[in-house]
Amino acid sequence: MNEFDSPILSVRHLNKQFGNGCESCRTQNPEQMLKNYCPVCGTVYACKDVSFDVYPGEVLGIVGESGSGKSTLMKCLYFDQEVTSGVAYIHTYKDGKKNLFEESGQYKRYIRNHLMGKVYQNPILGLKMDFSSIGNIAEKLISAGERHVGTMEARGIELLDHVCIPIHRSKEAPKNFSGGMQQRVQIAKALSNKPPLLLLDEVTTGLDLSVQASVLDLIKNLQRELEISIVLVSHDLGVIRMLADRTLVMLEGRVIEQGLTDQILEDPQHQYTQQLVHSLL
Amino acid sequence: MENILSIEGLSKSFTLHNLGKHIHAIRDINLYLREGEFVGITGKSGSGKSTVLKCIYRTYCSQEGSIWYNSIRFGKINLSEVSEREMISLRKHEIGYVSQFLDVMPRTTARELVAQSIMEMGTDAQTADLQTENILQHFELDRELWDSYPTTFSGGEKLRLNIARAMVKRPRLLLLDEPTASLDHASKLKVKELLEQLIKGGTTMLGIFHDLEFMQDLCDREYSIENGNFTITH
Ligand SMILES: Nc1ncnc2c1ncn2[C@@H]1O[C@H](COP(=O)(O)OP(=O)(O)OP(=O)(O)O)[C@@H](O)[C@H]1O
Ligand SMILES: Nc1ncnc2c1ncn2[C@@H]1O[C@H](COP(=O)(O)OP(=O)(O)O)[C@@H](O)[C@H]1O
Ligand SMILES: [Mg+2]
Ligand SMILES: [Mg+2]
Ligand SMILES: [Zn+2]
Repeated sequence: MNEFDSPILSVRHLNKQFGNGCESCRTQNPEQMLKNYCPVCGTVYACKDVSFDVYPGEVLGIVGESGSGKSTLMKCLYFDQEVTSGVAYIHTYKDGKKNLFEESGQYKRYIRNHLMGKVYQNPILGLKMDFSSIGNIAEKLISAGERHVGTMEARGIELLDHVCIPIHRSKEAPKNFSGGMQQRVQIAKALSNKPPLLLLDEVTTGLDLSVQASVLDLIKNLQRELEISIVLVSHDLGVIRMLADRTLVMLEGRVIEQGLTDQILEDPQHQYTQQLVHSLL
Repeated sequence: MENILSIEGLSKSFTLHNLGKHIHAIRDINLYLREGEFVGITGKSGSGKSTVLKCIYRTYCSQEGSIWYNSIRFGKINLSEVSEREMISLRKHEIGYVSQFLDVMPRTTARELVAQSIMEMGTDAQTADLQTENILQHFELDRELWDSYPTTFSGGEKLRLNIARAMVKRPRLLLLDEPTASLDHASKLKVKELLEQLIKGGTTMLGIFHDLEFMQDLCDREYSIENGNFTITH
């Protein structure tokens, strides 16, 4: 890759397994495995040797069937789960020289609070449902070091307005809101610390079509206005086609194919990707 | 004059795993474009015309041969080997593609669509808005349509918008895949007029046309393709 641009996030050889493994599965002999599951010891190999880069201002799509390891990957990147092995660098963090996964808890919190935002598929994981919406945002701002109540309130209202939650509802708790509104509060919260990197896990799944469209509109506009980088997990190829510049395809924990999104959709190389694309045409 | 594009020995086949099929779309294609030329490609349906354009634009990955492009940003590079990021940058700044189908974002108005295209190149929103109005006017797209959704447009309106979106970037190289198919005569004339303006502006174009006769007086040269192979017509 030449010098004209360099990635903001680089991930190399990320592995995540649930379970300790055994004699039978340690060699990953395909004949002894049921997909990514070892029937002898019950270990799940959720992410296997995953490597990729995310560039400034781009949307990187990740697609793959249920259980292929997409959410696990996102959780590892946000330190919700510990990786089994692998490295990740953020180029604006300590000159891109420190493996994020080996940093102390304190530094990991710093990275989460200042450099990343995340929207979970399930709003319960991303929001305190009983707090006011604006309180949810303030919480993230406080962890990012903000102390001034007036500033936080103003920023909270601005963000909620940005995601089309009217001021008069900003004090309401997300549990009163529809699924689409909850997702929008999550997005506002994730954006509150102005993170250069946003992780979105199936943000539109389970929402009805018109709400999906408004959430997608929002993401598209935010990305253009704020020029943030987004990693977008979705099993909806329509969403990926609309938003992602480049796309990774995952199968049983591995990245089996990656490329320009239109190339992945129109000239898929891998048998699985062809099946995935053609089943939706 | 220097070639802006030269394709050497290009082949592309598709392996369809689930059907157990292997399709040879194009074989050993050779083609060149000089800066500022307007070159047409003709051939029967299925002969591989679109495949050539899509290999250049990297929507398809070619297997053999090279696609040398003389880029402003990167110098002379092989489009079949450039990185994804370089290709994205070239698409934003140098190479445009127009197909007969308008690939639109849902809930994006004509105005937004064009403005997005301009902002991709790093232009600020205000300037983009201004340029958008100018180009929509230039393309004689009804003012009432500016703020409505292109999914509801007629074929001719979609096409004009599509070309407007590609043109507004003033690409150095514009790839046209049957932009006049299914248009009535008046709309075709309109497109022809626009292409003439592009030629005057110095854009190099490689185009597939449904009825080449109509375009013949615009073309500097023509390639005709048969069973995935070119013969040069004139
Ligand atoms: N905490 C856990 N303990 C054990 N196994 C887990 C755990 N979390 C995930 N897994 C397993 O890891 C694999 C990958 O799960 P993951 O949630 O990443 O899939 P996904 O690609 O996000 O799927 P979906 O599209 O259904 O959301 C699955 O086999 C899952 O059962
Ligand atoms: N994405 C694709 N997947 C599989 N086969 C394809 C694909 N695109 C084109 N082909 C095949 O390649 C050949 C050339 O097609 P194409 O370039 O579209 O022809 P033309 O544009 O000349 O009508 C045809 O046999 C077509 O079926
Ligand atoms: Mg998931
Ligand atoms: Mg064609
Ligand atoms: Zn085991």
